[in-house]
Amino acid sequence: MSRESTPGHADHPHEIEMPHASLRDYLIGFALSVVLTAIPFWLVMTMPLSAGATAAIIMGFAMAQIVVHMVFFLHMTPKAEGGWSLISLVFTIIVLGIALAGSLWVMHHLNTNMMPMPHDMNQLP
Amino acid sequence: MTPHPAPETGPLLGKLSLDALPLHEPILVITFIAVAIGGLALVAAITKYRLWGYLWKEWFTTVDHKRIGIMYMILGLIMFLRGFSDAIMMRLQQAMAFGGSEGYLPAHHYDQVFTAHGVIMIFFVAMPFITGLMNYIVPLQIGARDVSFPFLNNFSFWMTTAGAVLCMISLFVGEFAQTGWLAYPPLSGIAYSPNVGVDYYIWSLQIAGVGTTLSGINLIVTMLKLRAPGMRLMKMPVFTWTSLCANILIVATFPVLTATLALLTLDRYAGTNFFTNDFGGSPMMYVNLIWIWGHPEVYILILPLFGVFSEVTSTFSGKRLFGYTSMVYATICITILSYLVWLHHFFTMGSGASVNSFFGITTMVISIPTGAKLFNWLFTMYRGRIRFELPMMWTVAFMLTFVVGGMTGVLLAVPPADFVLHNSLFLVAHFHNVIIGGVLFGLFAAINYWWPKAFGFKLDVFWGKISFWCWVVGFWLAFMPLYILGLMGVTRRMRVFDDPSLQIWFVVAGIGAAVIAVGIAAMLVQFAVSIWRRDQLRDETGDPWDGRTLEWATSSPPPDYNFAFTPVIHDLDAWHDMKRRGHGRPVTGFRDIHMPSNTGAGIILAGISLVMGFALVWHIWWLVAASFIALIGAAIVHTFNYKRDFDIPAATVAAVEDARTRQLAATGA
Repeated sequence: MSRESTPGHADHPHEIEMPHASLRDYLIGFALSVVLTAIPFWLVMTMPLSAGATAAIIMGFAMAQIVVHMVFFLHMTPKAEGGWSLISLVFTIIVLGIALAGSLWVMHHLNTNMMPMPHDMNQLP
Repeated sequence: MTPHPAPETGPLLGKLSLDALPLHEPILVITFIAVAIGGLALVAAITKYRLWGYLWKEWFTTVDHKRIGIMYMILGLIMFLRGFSDAIMMRLQQAMAFGGSEGYLPAHHYDQVFTAHGVIMIFFVAMPFITGLMNYIVPLQIGARDVSFPFLNNFSFWMTTAGAVLCMISLFVGEFAQTGWLAYPPLSGIAYSPNVGVDYYIWSLQIAGVGTTLSGINLIVTMLKLRAPGMRLMKMPVFTWTSLCANILIVATFPVLTATLALLTLDRYAGTNFFTNDFGGSPMMYVNLIWIWGHPEVYILILPLFGVFSEVTSTFSGKRLFGYTSMVYATICITILSYLVWLHHFFTMGSGASVNSFFGITTMVISIPTGAKLFNWLFTMYRGRIRFELPMMWTVAFMLTFVVGGMTGVLLAVPPADFVLHNSLFLVAHFHNVIIGGVLFGLFAAINYWWPKAFGFKLDVFWGKISFWCWVVGFWLAFMPLYILGLMGVTRRMRVFDDPSLQIWFVVAGIGAAVIAVGIAAMLVQFAVSIWRRDQLRDETGDPWDGRTLEWATSSPPPDYNFAFTPVIHDLDAWHDMKRRGHGRPVTGFRDIHMPSNTGAGIILAGISLVMGFALVWHIWWLVAASFIALIGAAIVHTFNYKRDFDIPAATVAAVEDARTRQLAATGA
């Protein structure tokens, strides 16, 4: 029932309320996003570090950026939707992690063991 | 008949031409004639008894989870007959094709038969059956009026049906895939399968996959949001718990299948090289991806049935389920672990020892929570007052059969053993052992258990027992020879054999299949006899088995709104607790009940999707474009339908409930 009006559902144990998004949250989120974007730009444009270190730092900032977006813009706090948002997020990350890491591991093995042919496109008909 | 070169593509009909009709295969022509006569008779009967309006208004457009559940079961049953006739054809072919005989099926046809058998049994039999079961039972068990998104439910059903219909069309127009049920490339690539078989496979699965994914989301939301007050998660009935886990698996894994098939589609339609032999493609990546979906899929199938066995064991032992908490945690463990084992389907493809041992061990670990479940059922039965009604008989048969299948599974999980047994009939025997012994026996237990709830009368016991014994005996006769043949090294999907000493085993297996056929026939007779004798088998109480969970608190069949008042839950076995406390049914103070309205949008959208799928299979591009536009248009039109809900007036509710009160008084309950 999309528009539930059943009596009794009001005292549901997991009565759901979307957290109130305040202007303050959005401003903090915005400020953090700008900072987390500006620093990688600065790193790339002035190159104070080696390429490898820069790439690693940028990846770190990207991760932080994802978390900032989820917390401040998507309101994925431990309390949102009675905790279900967070649980499903954690579950999604676990499943994706298993599928991606597992596939890379498996395919690396298969590629090493089973693909002796050269991958040079020019040699193919 | 050998594969013919890819046909010319015309602007009007794409690859479709009269050559696509299999007029040269007498088996198909006769089947087509039989199906056509049967179909015409059905249409004539519906027209004669003026049922079209009734069917359209009361069934096709319904958003009632109970009716949608029943329609899923009917779809599953019809497709089961198709899938089983494929099985019989294979058994007959393999029993005949010895000593230079080619059997009666040409290779091109035989390869389609084993592919169609697998695809249909998994996607269009097992999936509709469990979805239908969950649809019917879950809202009743949690005290809800319907699922969370009733229209979506109707749409999901029709998308699944559209996929099934597209798959069936391939029988008479063109051909089906000849690749095995998972369509591994490079065989399923355009270079080796230039005709439309694999395209039928792809589009029927993609269309049905939309329905499966959406119904998964729908049921998860239903279980999380619509539980009756007091029903905390750890007070949910076990069937609802296992359904929740199965639906989480559906939502998490079906997108992987969709994406994998989409990449294969690009290889076939757009000339990409994801899975081709050359230009950097890797067919092994397809195998890896499809099993990331494929292994959780088998748990999607079995988990809800574990829930069924729990309900049945507890009810017919007259005891609370032993170890409810451990049952829930075992289910959750299986849910997570089912993601960590996919590589055991391709131990032999060439991964190193470390990869193989990791996945071998995770596979063996799964047997621990599964074993825990089995002990829970045994301890539930221990010192219980067991009633051997049909559902309980199926449950005991399941326990005995499934344990054997589970143990051969653990055997196959040992990588060195798998190197000997993979791709052999041992494997075929193993997965039929767990799928028939687990999923099908569970479904039969569930059908016998909940039929009185759905229709208000019990199923006939005599024919039920005949069906039971034929199925159990037939199963062992049909699949034990395959274990033996597998151990002797006979590979699966063979059409002819050289070694005449093998024939006797195939003959025994064929006899087993025939015994199963008798079991299926007995089951159909059981349904017919029960409907015929429904007045003698009538159950007025709504609780024929002395049930324990909330679905037995309603009348049989339940009213449209399920519960006039949403019950309040105090105990795990809510209905048992209510009976124990002498809970009185509320008989006054009824209020209007807000309900969703029926809509034809689901069947229309799915019908257009079917046309689009057919056009995509045959490369009829103008029809693809037209049906795509129609699909978007119909969806937009549906959003302007504001007649989405209505109120059942309190007077109507009162009339229904009063009738129920009189009915209960008449039975003396």
